[in-house]
Amino acid sequence: MSTTSIALAESPLLALVLRRADDALILGHRLSEWCGHAPMLEEDIALANIALDCVGQARALYEYAAQVDGRGLTEDDFAYRREAHQYRNCLLVEQPNGDFAATIVRQVLFSAFIDPYWRAMMGSADAALAAVAAKAEKETAYHLRHAAEWLIRLGDGTAESRARVQAALDDLWPYAGEAFESDPAEAGLVAAGIAVDPASLRPAFDRTIARVLEEATLTRPTGSGAQSGGRRGRHSEHLGFILADLQYLQRAHPGAVW
Amino acid sequence: MAEAKIPLWEVFIRSRNGLAHKHVGSLHAADAGMALQAARDVYTRRGEGLSLWVVPSAAIVASDPADKEMLFEPTASKIYRHPTFYEVPDDVGHM
Amino acid sequence: MYTQALNAKDAVVEAAGPEEAGRNGRFQARVDAEERIEPNDWMPEAYRRTLVRQISQHAHSEIVGMLPEGNWITRAPSLKRKAALLAKVQDEAGHGLYLYAAAETLGTSREELVDQLLSGKAKYSSIFNYPTLSWADIGAIGWLVDGAAIMNQIPLCRCSYGPYARAMIRICKEESFHQRQGYEIMLTLCRGTPEQKAMAQDALNRWWWPCLMMFGPPDAESQHSEQSAQWKIKRFSNDELRQKFVDATVPQGHHLGLTFPDPDLTYDEAAGHWRFGAIDWEEFRQVLAGNGPCNRQRMKQRRDAHAAGAWVREAAMAHAEKRARRAREATGAVAAAA
Repeated sequence: MSTTSIALAESPLLALVLRRADDALILGHRLSEWCGHAPMLEEDIALANIALDCVGQARALYEYAAQVDGRGLTEDDFAYRREAHQYRNCLLVEQPNGDFAATIVRQVLFSAFIDPYWRAMMGSADAALAAVAAKAEKETAYHLRHAAEWLIRLGDGTAESRARVQAALDDLWPYAGEAFESDPAEAGLVAAGIAVDPASLRPAFDRTIARVLEEATLTRPTGSGAQSGGRRGRHSEHLGFILADLQYLQRAHPGAVW
Repeated sequence: MAEAKIPLWEVFIRSRNGLAHKHVGSLHAADAGMALQAARDVYTRRGEGLSLWVVPSAAIVASDPADKEMLFEPTASKIYRHPTFYEVPDDVGHM
Repeated sequence: MYTQALNAKDAVVEAAGPEEAGRNGRFQARVDAEERIEPNDWMPEAYRRTLVRQISQHAHSEIVGMLPEGNWITRAPSLKRKAALLAKVQDEAGHGLYLYAAAETLGTSREELVDQLLSGKAKYSSIFNYPTLSWADIGAIGWLVDGAAIMNQIPLCRCSYGPYARAMIRICKEESFHQRQGYEIMLTLCRGTPEQKAMAQDALNRWWWPCLMMFGPPDAESQHSEQSAQWKIKRFSNDELRQKFVDATVPQGHHLGLTFPDPDLTYDEAAGHWRFGAIDWEEFRQVLAGNGPCNRQRMKQRRDAHAAGAWVREAAMAHAEKRARRAREATGAVAAAA
C-alpha cells in the first residue's frame, strides 16, 4: 500500500520547529475561517492580517524544517501530508472560533505566550530560528495588542459582552498551560542555547494576563490549565476536521501540482 | 431597533519621513485606539506608511464650496507674491 | 470587485424652474470640463441618488463577493495559494470599505447602506449568486470575474465624482494581482493531471456566460446609461465593455487549451472582434430577481454575520462611552482640585 503521508524521524530540533510551525499554521487556519463573517468590516480585515502573519510564519518555519530534515521535503509536504497525530501544535490553537469572544480570548492566551517566546528566541544560537524570531516578534507584538484591546473592550463593555468573554475565558483557560510544557529533548536544545525554556516565560505571561484581565474587569479562572497532549500528537477532536479541510485536495490528488 | 452608529474617522498617512501626512480614506471605529489599529490594518497592507493620524470626521471643519470665489479668487491678482514678477538681468546669475 | 448596470429607474433629471436649470447647466459644464465634483459641491439630486446607488451596489458586491471565494480559503491546496487567496478576499473587504466610505460622503451612512443590503432593497452583482464548486472556480473567478471587473473599473478611475474616482484608483492598484493569480491557477491546472484540466474546463463552462452577464443588459435595454454617460459616471456602454472583455479573454482561454462553451464563438477578421452567441437574459433576470443558485444562501450568511456581530459592536460603543466618561471625570476632578 502506498500512502500520501510522509514519515518523519523527529530530531529534537525538527520537533521544536514543528511545534512552532504547527501552532502558527493551525491558528492561522482558524483565523482565516472568519474571513467574510467578522462583526464589522474593519475587524474582518484585521483578523485576516493576523491570519496572514501566522501562515507566513508557518511557511518560514516549514521551510526550515525541510532543511533540518534534509530529504528535500517542501513546506507543503509538512502542512498537507502529515496525519493529525504527526501535528505538534498545542490544543489551544485548534479550538473552534466560537463567538468573537472565544476567538479573542484564544488569541490573547496564545499571543501572551508566543510574543515573549519569539522575543527571547531572537537570541537563539540557531541563526535560522533567530531570524524567524526577529520577524515574528514584531507581528506577535501587534497581535497581542490588538487582541488585548478587544478583550478589554468586551470585558468592560456591556453586560452581555462581559458574560460572553468571561465564559470564553473559563472555557479556554484549561488549554493555556500547555504552551509552557517541554520535554527532555527540548531541554537539550535549551542547554545548547538554541531554544528557550517555555516555562521561563510563564511569569511574563502571568503579568500580561493579570494586567489585561484587570482592565477588562474579568476574573482569572482558577485551576491550572491541565489540558495537554498536542505536542505528542494527542489532539482534540477538532484537529481532524481542520486537516480534512486543509488537506483534502492534496490527499485526493496525490502528486498533483497546484 | 436601529443600531447606534459607529463614528467615522479620517485617516492620514506619512508614506516616508520628510513627507507630510496625506489623507488616504476613512473608516469606522468606536474609539481612537480602535481607529488607529483599523487604520493600520486597512490602509497599510502594502507598506504604504511610517506614521498614521486618525481624526474624527466630525472634527473636521470644511470651507463652503459656495464661498470659493470669495475665499480663493482675490489671491489671483497678487502676482507680486511670485518670484517671476520681478526682473533680474541674466548676467546677475541665479537668485 | 464589480459594479453592474441594474436598470434602476430613478435617474430622471428633476423638473425645475429657471434657477434650478441654471445650476444644472453650470454643474454639467463643470462635468464636461472634466472637473471633479467633490462632496460639498452642489449637485443635482438625481446625480447624488445615482451615485449612492451605484457606489453602494459596488460596495455590496465586494462584500458578498467575499463569500464564494472565502469558501476555499481553508481548502486551498498549497500554503502559497492559501496566503494569496486570503489576501485577495481580504482586499475585497477593503474595497467594500473604501466604497462605503465614498458613498458616505454623499450623505448616507454605512449602517443605512448595510441595512439596504440585508433587507434585500439593494442589489449586488449577479455573479456572486453562483456557487464555487471546485478549486478551479477560484482560478476562474480571478481570471474571468476579476478580468470583467477590471474592464469596468478602469474607466471609473476617471468618474466625475472625486471620492468615487479616488477609491477606484486605490482599488485598481490593489486589484492588479487578482486577475493574475486567477490565471496562474488556471494555467497550473491546465498543465496538470487530466483531472485537474477537467476541473478547469468545468469551471470555464460554468462561469463564462454569467461573466458576460456581469456587464449588464444590452445597450438597447439599458435605461439610464445615457444620463450616466452625460454625467461621466459611466464612460463606456455595457455592450462596448462586454465586447472588450471577450476580445481580451478568448485568446487567453485558447492559450490555456480550454474550449469556450459557445458554439457560435468565431473571430470576425474584418472587424477584429470575437463574435459570441446569444446571452440567456432570462437567466440574468432570474438571478437578479433573487432566484439564482445561491441568492438566499449568500444573503443569509451576510445577515447571520451581521446579527452575530451586533453584541460586539454594541460592546465597542459602550466601552468607548465609558472611557470618554472616565476621561471627562478625571479632567473634571483635576479642574476642581486646581
